[in-house]
Amino acid sequence: MSNISGIAASSGIAIAKVYKLAVPDLSFEKKKVDDTQAEIERLNKALEISKQELEKIRENARKSLGDEHAEIFSAHLLVLSDPELINPIQDKINSENVNAESALDETANMFIDMFKAMDNEYMRERAADIQDVTKRVMAHLLNVTFPNPALIDEEVVVVAEDLTPSDTAQLNKQFVKGFTTNIGGRTSHSAIMARSLEIPAVVGTKTITSSAQRDEMIIVDGIDGEVILNPTEDELATYKQKQEDFEKQKQVWAQLKDEPTISADNQHVELVANIGTPEDVVGVINNGGEGVGLYRTEFLYMGKSQLPTEDEQFDAYKSVLEQMGDKPVVVRTLDIGGDKELSYLKLPEEMNPFLGFRAIRLCLERDDIFRTQLRALLRASVYGNLKIMFPMIATLNEFRQAKALLLEEKANLTNEGVKVSDDIEVGIMVEIPSTAVIARQFAKEVDFFSIGTNDLIQYTMAADRMNERVSYLYQPYHPAILNLVNNVIEAAHAEGKWAGMCGEMAGDSIAIPILLGLGLDEFSMSATSILPARTQIRDLSKEELASFKDQLLSMDTADEVEAFIREKTNQ
Amino acid sequence: MAVEKTMKITDETGVHARPATVLVNKAGNFASDVTVEYNGKSVNLKSIMGVMSLGIPKDAEIKIVADGSDEQEALDAIVDAIKSEGLGE
Repeated sequence: MSNISGIAASSGIAIAKVYKLAVPDLSFEKKKVDDTQAEIERLNKALEISKQELEKIRENARKSLGDEHAEIFSAHLLVLSDPELINPIQDKINSENVNAESALDETANMFIDMFKAMDNEYMRERAADIQDVTKRVMAHLLNVTFPNPALIDEEVVVVAEDLTPSDTAQLNKQFVKGFTTNIGGRTSHSAIMARSLEIPAVVGTKTITSSAQRDEMIIVDGIDGEVILNPTEDELATYKQKQEDFEKQKQVWAQLKDEPTISADNQHVELVANIGTPEDVVGVINNGGEGVGLYRTEFLYMGKSQLPTEDEQFDAYKSVLEQMGDKPVVVRTLDIGGDKELSYLKLPEEMNPFLGFRAIRLCLERDDIFRTQLRALLRASVYGNLKIMFPMIATLNEFRQAKALLLEEKANLTNEGVKVSDDIEVGIMVEIPSTAVIARQFAKEVDFFSIGTNDLIQYTMAADRMNERVSYLYQPYHPAILNLVNNVIEAAHAEGKWAGMCGEMAGDSIAIPILLGLGLDEFSMSATSILPARTQIRDLSKEELASFKDQLLSMDTADEVEAFIREKTNQ
Repeated sequence: MAVEKTMKITDETGVHARPATVLVNKAGNFASDVTVEYNGKSVNLKSIMGVMSLGIPKDAEIKIVADGSDEQEALDAIVDAIKSEGLGE
């Protein structure tokens, strides 16, 4: 047995066999062969199995990601039957008497080099496609498994360096009991996806891919952030008990599913969920969400070869709004750039992408992209309770420009005879310190604020949240953060507006009492955090917590704040 | 006697993976040899890597050539596909 610590990313306990989602060792020896016909047979067989796998992967991608994402695998399949690739490999085996591995490798590399040398960025990326496909064939020649989430057909725990959006989208909850990765934190993509899929996950273990062996038993403890390899009988028994206790706890939480969120002194706050796709709405409803506080629309734009059309977006927005009925749905307009790139937009590389051309900055310059999204949102507005929120607003002018574009498109649609709702609230995400500081001025013009703490913390502390060496500076309870948050809430209330929070902090058991005391109106979090948060808030007195406000805001350090809250709330 | 047609690519991103897949699949349905020519280079239109290796950008002039027993049908099918994919005209 061995224990590895990481970051608890999604709660629950998973016990199953290891499935490593990593490229296997594909090294080979170049050999002379006598029977070239047998070698060509071997190649054809590897090609055939690879095609069957790719068809399975494509089918699965079609179901979980949609037709557009599945198309890339159609291209991969064509590569495997491409005469310009296959014929030269076979010729090489015949004329040079070499093994299939080296013939495949040399021929594929010639093409890969050719694509890499092209001066078109998009074509350069295609080199990766050829690499991907030939690796799969190579694996079959070497009789090793080339894993893919779509090929999993028994209960496993997925172990990987990191999981990409398309990996996570293809994970089948029926078989994938949990996952653990080398890199990542609470706010990384894989962690967010684990919570929306409601499977236990531990990320940031640094070494799990080198420690875990294929098919050995593994326990993922997403409650305390521990991973146990090859557990002893005792450990298995302990964790099975912990798993049962967690299930029971979930049932207790579930009793509050249809209850409003009321504090011990009878004050109501709203607990809503963060989502990325229309499919996530089921989880929001199952977990008793009182609305959607953050619909990240980036997923519509990612993993594609071109921008999504107005109709495509309209369908997604309409679906979310209809599923949520009259409950509020806050949609964040496109937040791309930073760590989220779109290859087809061909944005120039930047020294500091998080301080660069992203989100509303990009949308205001590329207003063609922005207008398409606004039109889709406006058309969908009649199907539910839509609120629109602009990300990364740094100045009032940006908000005014964005709102003007929205009103222009609304007028255009009305002229075209299209119905648009008349009471769409328009607000902003507060994640840049400049906006938090002059929230007073903003509050006169916006309908609401939603504080995005993941970015607000990294901008305020000047610490990249992806950089593990400065991650100690990512301090949600730092008095500077609390003062900014308080400033935003006070500004909103002074103008009769509401203030919410849609960062990770809103679902954190130390932050919840602080935020309740500061008067936050809406808490938006991962769907699975809602019921635990509702349970916690029912035992908290808002009035009592509000009385600590001045004391908290004038504390010296985050540690002092945390210790104080722990003591007052018995945590 | 081969048949040919010259077309202009209008798609913003040129001939990228998705439409290339459609064209190669189309070409594969015919017995004739089908090639696409761009920038003085001619490649097999039944080869995805051949087509992609041309890196055909927006505004490119391309020439489709079909040669064989069903050359006219092949050419018509490819031209239709280019139009219906919104790839060119």
